[in-house]
Amino acid sequence: MSQSHQQASLPGCPSCEEPLEPGDLFCGACGYDLSAVPAPPGDRPTVAITVPAQGAAEPSAAPVEWPPAAGTDGSDRSAPTHRPADLPGVDSGGRPLVSGERAAVRFDEPGAPVGSPPGAPDDVPGDFELAAPDPRTVEHAPAGASAAGAKVCVACRSGRVDTDGYCENCGHAQPRERDHMEEELGGVAAVSDRGLRHHRNEDSFAVSCTALPDGSPAVVAIVCDGVSSASRPDEASAAAASAANESLLESLPRGAHPQQAMHEAILAASEAVNALAQDPGQAMEHDQHRHQNAPACTLVGAIMAGGLLVVGWVGDSRVYWVPEDRSNPPARLTEDDSWAAQMVAAGLMNEAEAYADERAHAITGWLGADAYELEPHTASFKPDRPGLVVVCTDGLWNYAEAAAEMAAAVPPEAHERPLHGAQVLVGHALDGGGHDNVTVALLPFAVTARGAGSA
Amino acid sequence: MANFSKSSVPQFSVEVYQNEFLPEGGRDVNAIVTVTSTGGGTTGGVPLAAGAPASARVPGRAPAAAVVLMVDCSGSMDYPPTKMRNARDATAAAIDTLRDGTRFAVVAGTHVADDVYPGNGRLATAGPQTKAQAKEALRRLSAGGGTAIGTWLRLADRLLGAAEVDIRHGILLTDGRNEHESPEDLRAALDSCAGRFTCDARGVGTDWEVKEVTEIAGSLLGSADIVADPAGLAADFTRMMENAMGKEVADVALRLWTPVGAEIVFVKQVAPTVADLSGRRTEAGPRAGDYPTGSWGDESRDYHVCVRVPEAGIGQEMLAARVSLILPPSPSAGGVPQTLSQGLVRAVWTDDMAASTSINPQVAHYTGQAELAQVIQQGLDARKSGDFDGATAKLGRAVQLASASGNADTAKLLSKVVDVVDAATGTVRLKARVAEADEMTLETRSTKTVRVKK
Repeated sequence: MSQSHQQASLPGCPSCEEPLEPGDLFCGACGYDLSAVPAPPGDRPTVAITVPAQGAAEPSAAPVEWPPAAGTDGSDRSAPTHRPADLPGVDSGGRPLVSGERAAVRFDEPGAPVGSPPGAPDDVPGDFELAAPDPRTVEHAPAGASAAGAKVCVACRSGRVDTDGYCENCGHAQPRERDHMEEELGGVAAVSDRGLRHHRNEDSFAVSCTALPDGSPAVVAIVCDGVSSASRPDEASAAAASAANESLLESLPRGAHPQQAMHEAILAASEAVNALAQDPGQAMEHDQHRHQNAPACTLVGAIMAGGLLVVGWVGDSRVYWVPEDRSNPPARLTEDDSWAAQMVAAGLMNEAEAYADERAHAITGWLGADAYELEPHTASFKPDRPGLVVVCTDGLWNYAEAAAEMAAAVPPEAHERPLHGAQVLVGHALDGGGHDNVTVALLPFAVTARGAGSA
Repeated sequence: MANFSKSSVPQFSVEVYQNEFLPEGGRDVNAIVTVTSTGGGTTGGVPLAAGAPASARVPGRAPAAAVVLMVDCSGSMDYPPTKMRNARDATAAAIDTLRDGTRFAVVAGTHVADDVYPGNGRLATAGPQTKAQAKEALRRLSAGGGTAIGTWLRLADRLLGAAEVDIRHGILLTDGRNEHESPEDLRAALDSCAGRFTCDARGVGTDWEVKEVTEIAGSLLGSADIVADPAGLAADFTRMMENAMGKEVADVALRLWTPVGAEIVFVKQVAPTVADLSGRRTEAGPRAGDYPTGSWGDESRDYHVCVRVPEAGIGQEMLAARVSLILPPSPSAGGVPQTLSQGLVRAVWTDDMAASTSINPQVAHYTGQAELAQVIQQGLDARKSGDFDGATAKLGRAVQLASASGNADTAKLLSKVVDVVDAATGTVRLKARVAEADEMTLETRSTKTVRVKK
């Protein structure tokens, strides 16, 4: 889950809005102590619990930097998935991506001390019989809604399920369609799950396949994570995912550049979420104590089209690149809009300190009517070898934060069986504790014209 | 009064206010259930049960009602003589308020009960002539004798039970203690009448027992109040009768379904007055029980339900209670109880502390109002027994609660019993001299609540 979207943001001074320089410890205008960034509210269902993936323990894996942009100083960067001749990652405006002075930004360090020790997963033993039905074992009934009258409660296995979805014997809510969703199309698969600790699934996804004007295929995956501290996060994520997907299905066949299309899709998603704020919705009675909060969600998307891999995001949902040949280093392709990422980027804290802070996961960018300023991030890559694109929410990457950990969690045959791969990754998160909703989309990337344009 | 411009079907709506989020290990689920009835002048063919035989109601007409007025005629009513005169005038005013066609009777109550009008062991049907005759009969009322309220109620029950009507209501006026029968006799009479008719009770003057009057009204699901000055009786009787004439549906029950293993901590009406219904449950099928709510007109009441559910894990969601409004079975509906409306009380376990620790404002408000009623009772009891420190502490707390919740009426009554030094902290001094009427008014009206400030 994305954390509450409290303003914890640079580069504006929280006190006087004066623009800040990375590395400033105090505001140059008003002297505000920048280390005292306001704390987010106490809503912290997900403490980042890094369960080191097997085989990812050695901290010696090559640190992977933010994808380099041509013409910027990339001296000490290794960009394993890109070669100099490849298309550089650029931002939405076509400008080079953030460059050299942010050398302090180092992500994907495996084994980074993140969050609290994973004690929580141990304290959910089966000492009460009504434990969460494990979505991997319980049959979810996509077509079962009509047969509600005949259904037997999954919790007590004796009561009949009433028309309002609760067991008439033990009162337990029955699994809803959205608790576990799967979808597979040619070239992309996605799985979303409620997890083990949340009462509903506030994540959403959309996957689709279309064609560019030249007839070549384009594959799209969008993953959204509702902000729990806002009202109706489930509706926000569903609206954003479907709006972004529809926008892409309209713009890609029309010949829009995928990166521009992604930018527009994020704007479309943002509008869809903003529109929810005006509409009171039906879920209000359940959200009474927080309904003053506009619906909000994160978004991350990936497009594979014309040999390009375009990613776009707002918030802390991520895209990872896992090469098919595992001897090549994997990489993370997105940079979170989160408090920790900003603190590290601003040089105020090192990564270990930043991620150990309880504010680490407070997001600083999101889609929603109360977003301060929407800055869609997009980047474009031209991979030179086949690999797998992992698009996921923090419900997964909390259990495989570093790129190497994520790569280790991806089963070897995921390239051929993306749906199975996505299921395995969701299982990885559930095994780690399933503290949040888990959503992952996998897009196998095949290189058709191998070596084209490269030395 | 019935309003014929509205929908002809009584509409009951149920709204649930709660914080459904519980922490790990949390079990108590609190909810405020607001029930609003917007009746019409009629129930439009919806079968309304008034016991067998089935109602002879014609759809499109106001519900048939029967009212028995019970007037205290004990010897004390002559001290001062204005009391008897005022009681007669008040009863006459109430009779004038009767809708034509309503069945009615007047009972003169002493140590025995006497139906002074119509006097043939049956009810009269309201009309210009019968109203005039009834008022004529009132003039012959004179004070003399004792007080045995149980006999009045039993007679009223016999009269009302013989009528084929939907709404059965009593209005009882007393000025003294129930001295000529044992408390057990009154209790037994109340038990036999409960659920058969509703009854408002009034104490006139200051020589009556607050607990007796509130017990009568509580058992028979009516209102209790004090009319300290007999001159105020006529207005009060008119109001009560208008209220009774506005009732559309009788014998509505609040049905509570709870899951297996759940325990009902309490069920209270909390608005317009506090009344604990927990002990009045009757079982209604598996895991369900009914609590009586009496007759409903155009009105809204709030109930506080507290259910202790079996604990479930983080991320689980459970239905803690299903609250529905039930009409009793009637032969014309095939003997099946009719569900008027329902609401869901949920429990969701979360590790989000911000969610699980917040208290729903409605729940907090009514928890305070229930405590307010309780500390007023305790404070007055302590004062009577000479425990002035205890009384000061309890009534100080009451002042604090009344002030914080904006219960201005109760605050005003409290200020006649204590001198308020600081309302916010509940610092008060007991008044040395308190008019008996003020103390009785505070005690009688201590259960009146206010709704949440919007």
